[in-house]
Amino acid sequence: MSKVKILTKGFFKENPSLILVLGMCPTLAVTTSVNNAIGMGAATTFVLLMSNIIISLLKNVIPDKVRIPCYIVIIATFVSMVDLIIKGFLPALSESLGVFIPLIVVNCIVLGRAEAFANKNSVFDSILDGLGMGIGFTISLILVAAVREILGAGSFMGWQFIPSQYNILIFVLAPGAFLVLGFIMALMRHIINRVEDKRKDKMCAAK
Amino acid sequence: MAQKKEPSLIILVVVLTSIALVAGLALTGVYALTKGPIELSQKQKKEKALSDVLPGFDGTIVDTVVNFEGDDILVHKAVDKNGKLFGAGVETFTMKAFSGRFDLMVGFDNEGVILNTEVIKASETPGLGDKINKNKSDFAKQFNNNDPAEYKLQVTKDGGDVDAITAATISSRAYCDAVQRAYNVFMKVKEDYHE
Repeated sequence: MSKVKILTKGFFKENPSLILVLGMCPTLAVTTSVNNAIGMGAATTFVLLMSNIIISLLKNVIPDKVRIPCYIVIIATFVSMVDLIIKGFLPALSESLGVFIPLIVVNCIVLGRAEAFANKNSVFDSILDGLGMGIGFTISLILVAAVREILGAGSFMGWQFIPSQYNILIFVLAPGAFLVLGFIMALMRHIINRVEDKRKDKMCAAK
Repeated sequence: MAQKKEPSLIILVVVLTSIALVAGLALTGVYALTKGPIELSQKQKKEKALSDVLPGFDGTIVDTVVNFEGDDILVHKAVDKNGKLFGAGVETFTMKAFSGRFDLMVGFDNEGVILNTEVIKASETPGLGDKINKNKSDFAKQFNNNDPAEYKLQVTKDGGDVDAITAATISSRAYCDAVQRAYNVFMKVKEDYHE
């Protein structure tokens, strides 16, 4: 696999939340506004990157039988560090993000990438994979959050442009999250199928 | 990976223990490094909240701890130059919040009229319950300049005077609960106050 492909596969083809269906908890819970989505995405990307680096470095040291507890310890350490550092040095950011940071530990994407990629590949490839997956996750969070914020709160990134009496409340609530996520997933599938059909047609024509 | 020799139990224990140890050490370092700044920023936040809930006050603050229904509540009494009670900032809380507990600072004038309220620490649901914060919605502003003696601190659904946040009735009820507690504590402090 080329280096570019390792980086970009997370954006679309193996998008963690829309295609691999990992990390559903934050995807559903924090996507009430675009600002939250960006913050959560950035924090997750950082943790993903760091844990991928460490796990890839330690891949020959950690025995198979205890790998899951080892990965969880490493991931939880980074999450706690991020939490403390943000609280101490960026109190304003901690106010808007504080509640989500501890949630990253339970995000399956981080553990999923450790298990599926970082423990088999080189450090550099793992960095690319962590970055790509993190960016892909952020993109999908922003997609879901944009739809929910526009329909549910009538605003985009906190900027109100639809008066509050026309807002559709359900999109801010949990059922709205499931609805939006379902539609976006279906759309993604549809686009991917179309692209693949076209590729097949081309191959047939070339023959 | 499959052809690797099965490691012995001791190696498993050693590896896991040392990883946990290193992680623990790293965390201790970061904690020691961030402890000061975290405490400082929390102190600054409380000081800012206190000056926000007592607008226009210029005098000395006297702190007292009041035991109210089994809980210790910190009251910052605002005493003006003549030794008269200007009002107080009460560090109140509620256990009825959606996420369990949140902490508020409520300012009263010497009559018991609410001057202002400020969230100190809360982790309500983003997009719903976090509208108790003033920068997210106007919910908290409706308490200002009302006297709880005639202003019923309950949401309209329960027959009170407070308009709840849409879809966050629990957080709104909790806010009322915290303010009510602050009011009760303040009335107690006011009774006990001698110039």
